[in-house]
Amino acid sequence: MNSVAAVESPASVRQALQARISSMQSTRLDDDAFPLLPMMRGVLGRGLRRGTVYSLTGATSLALALVAAASQQGEWCGVLDVPDLGLEAAAGWGIDLDRLVWVSDPGERWMSTVGAMADVLGLVIARPPTRISASESSRLSARLRQARSTMLVLGDWPQPESEIRVVSSSWTGLGDGHGHLADRRLDVEVRQGQRAGAPRRSELRIPAGTIR
Amino acid sequence: MNVSSSRVIVVWVPDWPIVAARRNLELTDELPIALIDRGTVFACSSLARAAGVRRGLAVREAQLRCPELLVAPYDAQADARAFEHVVTVIEELVPGVRILRPGLCAIRARGPARFYGGEQQAASTIRQALTESVASARVGIADSPFGAEQAALRTQESAPVRIIDPGTTQSFLAPLPISTLDDAALVPVLRRLGLHVLGDFAALDRTAVGVRFAEAGLRAHARASATDRLSGAEHAPEADFGADVAFEPALDRVDQIAFGVRAEAESMIARLAHAGLVCTALRITVTSESGDHSERSWSHPHHFSAADVVDRVRWQLQGSGGAAAGPSAPVERIEIAPSRVDASTNHEAGLWGTSLDERVHHALARLSSLLGHGAVSTPSLGGGRFLAERRVLVPWGDESPKTQRALPWPGSIPPPAPATVFSQPRPAEVRGALGEPVDVDARGTTNTAPVWMAFDQAPPLTISAWAGPWPVHQRWWDADTRRSAARFQMIDSTGMAWLLILEDHAWAAEARYD
Repeated sequence: MNSVAAVESPASVRQALQARISSMQSTRLDDDAFPLLPMMRGVLGRGLRRGTVYSLTGATSLALALVAAASQQGEWCGVLDVPDLGLEAAAGWGIDLDRLVWVSDPGERWMSTVGAMADVLGLVIARPPTRISASESSRLSARLRQARSTMLVLGDWPQPESEIRVVSSSWTGLGDGHGHLADRRLDVEVRQGQRAGAPRRSELRIPAGTIR
Repeated sequence: MNVSSSRVIVVWVPDWPIVAARRNLELTDELPIALIDRGTVFACSSLARAAGVRRGLAVREAQLRCPELLVAPYDAQADARAFEHVVTVIEELVPGVRILRPGLCAIRARGPARFYGGEQQAASTIRQALTESVASARVGIADSPFGAEQAALRTQESAPVRIIDPGTTQSFLAPLPISTLDDAALVPVLRRLGLHVLGDFAALDRTAVGVRFAEAGLRAHARASATDRLSGAEHAPEADFGADVAFEPALDRVDQIAFGVRAEAESMIARLAHAGLVCTALRITVTSESGDHSERSWSHPHHFSAADVVDRVRWQLQGSGGAAAGPSAPVERIEIAPSRVDASTNHEAGLWGTSLDERVHHALARLSSLLGHGAVSTPSLGGGRFLAERRVLVPWGDESPKTQRALPWPGSIPPPAPATVFSQPRPAEVRGALGEPVDVDARGTTNTAPVWMAFDQAPPLTISAWAGPWPVHQRWWDADTRRSAARFQMIDSTGMAWLLILEDHAWAAEARYD
């Protein structure tokens, strides 16, 4: 076997290694993403990339809105340790509850649970554990990449693909003792994980009637 | 066609529902009894009939005619179950019994007639066995099942067996009224066509009947012309698929018990598979050393594999205590009984292997055996006036209930629905401009406009807009469970919108529009 390895030229070895690297790196193809609701395209232009982690802060609705289109197209979704998630809002955004898996209170087994969920579910909305080590997070990233499954973390996460943060939120429809909540406007900041530079800001309008 | 090969014996137990009810309720036959189905008499005993009670009579009318009448609800399932006993008695004498309906069953005549030396002898042997063990029976023998049934129904107490000679069944049926067909849709039409007896209908051309009345008409025509044949599956003696494991000495560790159950579970599933069946629901009974029984039904969205059965045993032993919990006392015995089975052909995997849904199912079943039953669930929307009540979590592996989201629910809030619904409402404080607590009086008006609110120890937030109160009343008729509250929508100075609830002068956040 050694002799065979010696025959290989440095060029072919380099090529093989490059192929391996590129297969391990997340690809940049557009079809390698989950679809988005039309209104969300202004926030995350190309869709939710498969096999990555997104960190969301400031709005649970955003997580539901990001998952909705994929769920409508038959993707299985999961909710891990978010006991207060509004189910009616999820259904209102169009998430198919028949293909939603709800896991509560994983306790000490957070890592193994999220791994098992990522193996079969396309999208997982999760509340991160109080402490997570860098090695654990990179191991989970590898597992997600392999399963081509995406995790939306409600909170901070070491090295996410993108960090989505709601800067401000405002409502119309509510007066001083009358009316009810109607249209909503969100200012959203998206920071690409590894890339330096200013975050991209966009405005998201959620008209009344979007969530039934 | 060989006429003798299609001869049929029909055994009829007169007033079967009454006989079955007497056996179930352990009643003597001196009392007149009537079985009631949806407010009218479904069946009545001969004594009641003598007093003027008839099928289809309203309960009150029946009781008026026969004041000492004993009234019991009709239970179709118990009726069918009790008939199993009759079939068992007949099966000891002749094989291949087909149940036409409880109280009536059919057997091919050829075999028994040859074995007992003639149709008359076969009929009296069956009748005698039934009269000794269950109830008096009548027997009819003819060329077709319908003919034999009519012959049996037309027997007398004094002459309990009636045999229609081979080849004469059609002429026996011919003078019977058309209503004998017992087809509510067809009979009035035939009457209007001027066909008043079965003979008239049988004389029609079969093809023409098929063109005009399709399948139902052809079936009725075959019956009237004595050309119908015995169909449907023969009654098979019920096999016992249950598993029963006894532990000696009694075990108290879940993994030991699960290991002990595994072999029996595998053999149970294998026996079911051999019979072409799969189990979709089962009942597990755990008996502990102290004599306690714990019994629980488990259902499966697809069907149970041996590993699933072991998982259910494990979950039942762990109870709600999570993965580390165990049985409270050493376990002596575990019984597993399939309570619902289905033909395995309905559950075959596709030609191209298992689908994604199947894969999801397996992975999540593994996850729920890791975290304990109930940790993995499928959510659905239920009913309720309070938002947290409307979230229904069905443990993975149980069947999900039918949701009723489409129904209107009083006290619902206008959309959008809040993205966060607190399982435990967060206590809050809401004050007016002068720092006085905001409250709602009995007329549903606020004493002052809310100006700021605070959660727990957090610094107060100024309220920039609000609406309410919207009253919520739940179960006002029940003193123990009634709740009465007022809802408010509020926006704080950071732009966050809240759904607050005021109940018994105490404020809490029910949901957050984040």
